[in-house]
Amino acid sequence: MINKTAAEMSNALAKGEVTSVALTKAHLDRIADVDPKVKAFLHVDNENALAQAAAVDADRAAGKALGPLAGVPLALKDVLAQKGVPTTAGSKILQGWKPPYDSTVVAKLKAAGVVILGKTNMDEFAMGSSTENSGYGPTFNPWDLTRTPGGSSGGSAAAVSAFQAPIAIGSDTGGSIRQPAALTGIVGVRPTYGAVSRYGLIAYSSSLDQAGPFGRTVLDTAMLHEVISGHDPKDATSINAPVPAVVAAAKSGNVKGLKIGVIKQLQGSGYQTGVLARFNESLEILASLGAEIVEVDCPSFEFALAAYYLIAPSECSSNLARFDAMRYGLRTGDVDGASAESVMNSTRESGFGREVKRRIILGTYALSSGYYDAYYGSAQKIRTLIIEDYKKAFTQADVLVSPTSPITAFKIGEKSEDPIAMYLADVATIPVNLAGICGMSLPAGLADEDNLPVGFQIMAPAMQDQRLYQVGAALEAALVTKWGGHLISKAPALGGAK
Amino acid sequence: MSSLSRDDVAKLANLARIEMTEDELVNLASQFGSILDAVARVQELNLDGVKATSHPQPLENIFRQDVVLPSLSPDQALSGAPAQEDQRFRVPQILGEAE
Repeated sequence: MINKTAAEMSNALAKGEVTSVALTKAHLDRIADVDPKVKAFLHVDNENALAQAAAVDADRAAGKALGPLAGVPLALKDVLAQKGVPTTAGSKILQGWKPPYDSTVVAKLKAAGVVILGKTNMDEFAMGSSTENSGYGPTFNPWDLTRTPGGSSGGSAAAVSAFQAPIAIGSDTGGSIRQPAALTGIVGVRPTYGAVSRYGLIAYSSSLDQAGPFGRTVLDTAMLHEVISGHDPKDATSINAPVPAVVAAAKSGNVKGLKIGVIKQLQGSGYQTGVLARFNESLEILASLGAEIVEVDCPSFEFALAAYYLIAPSECSSNLARFDAMRYGLRTGDVDGASAESVMNSTRESGFGREVKRRIILGTYALSSGYYDAYYGSAQKIRTLIIEDYKKAFTQADVLVSPTSPITAFKIGEKSEDPIAMYLADVATIPVNLAGICGMSLPAGLADEDNLPVGFQIMAPAMQDQRLYQVGAALEAALVTKWGGHLISKAPALGGAK
Repeated sequence: MSSLSRDDVAKLANLARIEMTEDELVNLASQFGSILDAVARVQELNLDGVKATSHPQPLENIFRQDVVLPSLSPDQALSGAPAQEDQRFRVPQILGEAE
């Protein structure tokens, strides 16, 4: 049962072929079996998950109207507050914290009857591209346990890839859904900024952060996308507009007559041969399905990475000031006579990890007087140029495409001592965040040189998320036919003791 | 080549309220040059006349009616407090007696 898609699970539940309790137990068993190797979860919530599942089964037996994902299990990135359940954002500074409220994403999942299996591992405060920056140890890529699953939502991506959950929630500030989706051979979508409420999403960089769905298929991802989207008065940046018809688009996948723009700046040097080979193959398939492929020029993208690594650290240095050891979270150094300031200094030293400190210091520097205009100010102007590049490109094409990640999954430890090398992992995903638009990564096959998954990225204008699913579903259908099944069926079994 | 000294990092760490160890200060100072070089690329373009974007959405201020809505109870709000006393957060001394 765990090998089915979420859509198939939904059908089986509706027909009474399986109960949510049985389905949930099967996933909890799988977690117990393989998670000692994968380490996707920080907290597995057996009791609550089974209670939620039993409640959905009871509602179904009573004939209540249920949403399509009611009773389907899900893995939740530990960046989202869930009432009464440990929520750490991968940081020691929040160890043991149990939020007194639900994030809007969690409230929507509960209202839809989705069963939350537990909280998944992540780079601390979503800062990283490998999940190695977690305060609780790394997550391992189910395709090759010596490699990272990408990040920062590496736990969620690995859980879906290892069949520990059919769907999962991640968050994407610079590529943290799309890049791990690419590296683990699954589908991940960063919705339009403001489409999914940030209420209860622990903030890293508020103008870039956005929660979004993972699935093993385009349709499963769309079903979850629809459940978590919508206007929320609790988030002042939430868009008050109808949710794009993503599920309908995922069911109708068609690219005939569509213009697909290949971004000149997001390919070439720095991109692995096998990544480019699979990318070009996908382009040929899209052309054969009736799409018109054009090349678009986005010259400012060359500066996107630099702008991001000023804007995001600047916002993080401000956002993370809330961890002051006074109202919640860790407190150290509170000895007799210690000042509030020395307690803050001590707590933040012992509670934050290396990368978080690095970014707080970088942000503090970029915002300090004398440097503000040269660094943060210039980065904000580059952001304007990137938005203008996209605007122009979207007059020439309906969607834009690129490889999701320049490289396939890298080895644990390979980049952890070199921050700049790690930052380059996000080179193709960051422009979407800076412009506030939407993007998808879906599997394009395995790279010839290492047999590891390659991601194909699709980008669409703000609130045109359905275009991602329309194009993604068409490409996925053609690839599945070509491969004789989904790419994920080629992943190692990982079967442990049982 | 940009660079930042150990003392520069110490000053920033103090502003950010992080009590770094000597090892951390030296290590971060040694890495900072290459990080600053990478991000300084934003200064390569002529950006005169380009407007700054602080946010991807063209949002105006959002207002709501000033009405009381249900919120956390004192017990809920204090549930994660490192220390509490009489339904309040207990914090270390903020004002020195000598001041």
